[in-house]
Amino acid sequence: MTTSDAEILVNQSSPGPDASGAAALSVRGLWKIFGPRADRIIGTPDADLSRADLKEKTGCVVGVKDVSFDVSPGEVFVVMGLSGSGKSTLVRCLTRLIEPTAGEVELGGMDVTSANAAGLRDLRRNQVSMVFQHFGLLPHRQVIDNIAYGLEIRGVGKKERRAKAAEVVDLVGLTGYGSSYPDQLSGGMQQRVGLARALAGDPSMMLFDEPFSALDPLIRRDMQNEVIRLQAELKKTMVFITHDLQEALKLGDRILIMRDGEIVQIGTPDEVVGAPADDYVRDFTSDVPRSHVLTLKWVMRDPRPGDSSEGPVMTSDTIVRAAAQAALASDHPVRVIDDGKLVGIVDDDAILRVVVAEESA
Amino acid sequence: MSLGRIPRWAWALVVVGLWVVVWALTKGTDTLALPGREHTDLHNELTGWRNDLIAGRDDNALMQFTGQIADAALKSVDWLQRMLSRPNYPRPVPEIGWLGLLGIIMWISHAVAGWKYAVLNGAIMFIAAVMGLWADTVDTLIVTLLAVICAVIIGMPIAVLIGTSDWANRIIGIVLDLMQTMPTFVYLIPVVLFFGTGAPAAIVATLIYALPPLIRVAGFGIRQVSPTAIEATDSMGQRAWQRLFKVQLPMARRTIIVGLNQTTLAALAMAVIASYVNGPGLGRPVVDALEIADVGRGLVPGAMLVLLAIMLDRTTTAASERSELLARSGGGNRRHRWGSLAVGLVAVGVMIQMSRVYSWAATYPSTGWSSDLADGINKVASWVFSTFGDLTGAFKDLVTYGLLNPMQSVLAESPWFVSGAAILLLALVVGGFRTTATTATVTAWTVLCLTGIWYLDLWHDAMISLNMVLVATLLTMILAVIFGVWMARRPRVDLMIRPLLDMGQTIPPFVYLVPVFYLFDQTRFTAIFAAIVYAAPVAIKLVADGVRGVPETTLEAGRSAGSTAWQEITKVQLPMASRSLVLAANQGLLYVLSMVVIGGMVGAGALGYDVVLGFSRFEEWGKGLAGGLSIVLLGIMLDRIFRAAAVTGSSTPVRRRTRRPARAEEESNDRVEPLAVTG
Ligand SMILES: Nc1ncnc2c1ncn2[C@@H]1O[C@H](COP(=O)(O)OP(=O)(O)O)[C@@H](O)[C@H]1O
Ligand SMILES: [Mg+2]
Repeated sequence: MTTSDAEILVNQSSPGPDASGAAALSVRGLWKIFGPRADRIIGTPDADLSRADLKEKTGCVVGVKDVSFDVSPGEVFVVMGLSGSGKSTLVRCLTRLIEPTAGEVELGGMDVTSANAAGLRDLRRNQVSMVFQHFGLLPHRQVIDNIAYGLEIRGVGKKERRAKAAEVVDLVGLTGYGSSYPDQLSGGMQQRVGLARALAGDPSMMLFDEPFSALDPLIRRDMQNEVIRLQAELKKTMVFITHDLQEALKLGDRILIMRDGEIVQIGTPDEVVGAPADDYVRDFTSDVPRSHVLTLKWVMRDPRPGDSSEGPVMTSDTIVRAAAQAALASDHPVRVIDDGKLVGIVDDDAILRVVVAEESA
Repeated sequence: MSLGRIPRWAWALVVVGLWVVVWALTKGTDTLALPGREHTDLHNELTGWRNDLIAGRDDNALMQFTGQIADAALKSVDWLQRMLSRPNYPRPVPEIGWLGLLGIIMWISHAVAGWKYAVLNGAIMFIAAVMGLWADTVDTLIVTLLAVICAVIIGMPIAVLIGTSDWANRIIGIVLDLMQTMPTFVYLIPVVLFFGTGAPAAIVATLIYALPPLIRVAGFGIRQVSPTAIEATDSMGQRAWQRLFKVQLPMARRTIIVGLNQTTLAALAMAVIASYVNGPGLGRPVVDALEIADVGRGLVPGAMLVLLAIMLDRTTTAASERSELLARSGGGNRRHRWGSLAVGLVAVGVMIQMSRVYSWAATYPSTGWSSDLADGINKVASWVFSTFGDLTGAFKDLVTYGLLNPMQSVLAESPWFVSGAAILLLALVVGGFRTTATTATVTAWTVLCLTGIWYLDLWHDAMISLNMVLVATLLTMILAVIFGVWMARRPRVDLMIRPLLDMGQTIPPFVYLVPVFYLFDQTRFTAIFAAIVYAAPVAIKLVADGVRGVPETTLEAGRSAGSTAWQEITKVQLPMASRSLVLAANQGLLYVLSMVVIGGMVGAGALGYDVVLGFSRFEEWGKGLAGGLSIVLLGIMLDRIFRAAAVTGSSTPVRRRTRRPARAEEESNDRVEPLAVTG
């Protein structure tokens, strides 16, 4: 990771579940089981079987298993898991591109699961948009008309929608490519079109299904930064699917980790790295440069009576890596003070343990 | 089962051996032979049923409906003919003469495909005028055009249904399979009943034949549309019609046009057959010439048909490529284009006006070139005949006495129950015995079809036809293996032969029947030879592609072990391409079947003759229908047996696919459906 990435991490505030306002998205007890008569399984003891056992017994595959979470307005909520863990199914259930088997989804105050066709169409047209891994562009349309497609199906006139699309073209850095055709663009550029298409309708929420997995690492990083920039500018609520932990840590305010359709852990990046819920998550996070993610909260110890009171002062959400230089330069341990109250002490060796452990890994 | 030890061919030999023994003891008894014009009660009943139907047509809603359609078709054709090809009384000439229509065709070609095609098509139409074939050529174009328009109107909604619903795809797929195993001539019998004869029957028969390719190919194209694109646009809240018209149809456009192209060529291929129900067009002179064995006078209009095929094929292909190009370039010099089209329009107006005023521009002055050309061809033909006649005669005798006659006497001169049982056993050896399911399917289909044939009272004729089909298929497969392997192993040979095969496939089957007929006279062999010529291109291509599909690494492994070319072919390439071989045999068989019927008209007799007689003489209608149905049953039976063989023949079990609409992308490539087009 480069320094600029680290800065982005440091600058991130982590809102967490916003207790103050209503959630932008609220999911309750969501299930998706693929297969014949899947709805009869929920509520029976079969529902508790593991995915493999259920498949053996009934031929049905669990895509999403009893998932509940909230996303607050403006939050970037990342869903992460290995391939096949049900991420795509989950995100498609949110706008019923895949019909959920059971559970409720509430989006911007609207009950999605009970919406009729017209309501659902309205939701998809005006409130939520989605970016796909394989872009899903229309090859027979110019970039500008791809971007304007959402407006077109709403019945916006040609002049108006093209003007709006032209604005978005500039916003995502596609200036000059408006009249190209998708197959004339590189993968990264095509995904910019996908991004622009999702932005054109000015939705309040955006869903991303592994949007950058098909791109080269360098381009992927550009695109991630693009998303961060757009998020800072436009303040959309985002649900972002990825199987790449780096990406999750970089973008996510909070991360939901899935396995076999179930939630394993929901938490902020440092919680996921610092306190993995189980071996699955620990495995996932073992390669992460921990000093980039962990905050002092995770390495401090309780204050003891004899502690020096001359060390540098920092808050508990300071990233370890950012604290390291000042802490090691000083002869005294760092004092962690939140809201004027001393909450912990960080010794040099606590910092060294994090930094050295990752270098020897 | 213990059958696994002994190879299939050994079992087949055992069955055949037994059969020959039984035949030797029982031959000539219970053969159910029915001489030429004799009918059974069933046939008379069928004829009676038809007569009743016709007598009561005023009270029968269906007959009235089809009658109205026929009326409408007749009126449109008649109007178009008076406009373009036939005298519009009291005018001694059509409203628009050859020069005017030539201008119109060139202008359209220029507008849709570019000036090169205007020149090409203008030249082709000019040849028609010079050769004195103008009226027939235009008639053929009229029938083809109307049939294609109807095919689009009927076919596209069905294609959309196939493309958007798994359920419809399965059901319609079965119907199309059936339609495509059915030889064209068989359609004619019911078509004549419901639509009479003449242009309406020609259009309907052409339509039925030309419809399946469009439905299949266009439906396939719509199914192929990237699911991600559909999902992405669905996620924006589009309506179903928006999905269809803005996403699915545009993305499948190229494939749909391929389907349209195939449908157009299929329609043209029906031109000759349509003349058997008195349809107008170039088929008439071909058939007339066939009747008097005049090679030259048959080949000239035949060649005109081929030119028309080239014209329609190239122009539709170019039009689709060009429209894409124009859309892409944003119609760069649109003004220039519209300008040139407008100028052209004025020129066309002048040409039309001239063709209405001057008689030389209304009908092309008679040149006699057509006749000269026909005589020239006849000279060449008789030279060929006198020079190679002995050779071709020897070949004909070899096949006739060496293969055709012995097989026919065993098949047709055995008691019917002996032949039936032997066929069932052979069917099981070829297609069944691997799993209970295949055994049951093969048994069921074979028994069902044989029972049907027996019930239709044409058992003996059916056996003779079956024999011809088998012999022709066998010879076709020998050719297919020789040329297919050769092409697969030598890219240069492929490069040379493939265009010939492509061309062979665009020539309407009747056209080469003319010279074959001349060479071999009115015999079964003529039909068989024509059938081989007709079926070989498809079979050869399938074998060549299959053999080429054998992975290079497998071949290298064999070579490094020191295998000779012969060993490589027989031990690696052919066994590994066994699926393609079976597929080639199956397709070849369907082609051969349809040609054997046509052969009924040139002396092959048997079922083909029954059918032809059926739609040309009303008292023979019932027998003709029975003959047609028997052919269909033969086709279904052979098709099912070969399909079972294709499944058992492949060493790797066919993996079951679970349908996953959202992520079917990766699987789509290997699911190209076979596009069977049979005459
Ligand atoms: N249409 C479907 N029918 C049956 N099973 C499906 C379907 N779609 C997904 N699945 C199964 O559901 C599970 C979750 O898939 P998915 O949501 O695509 O996972 P991810 O996006 O995390 O890779 C997988 O085991 C997959 O095989
Ligand atoms: Mg996925």
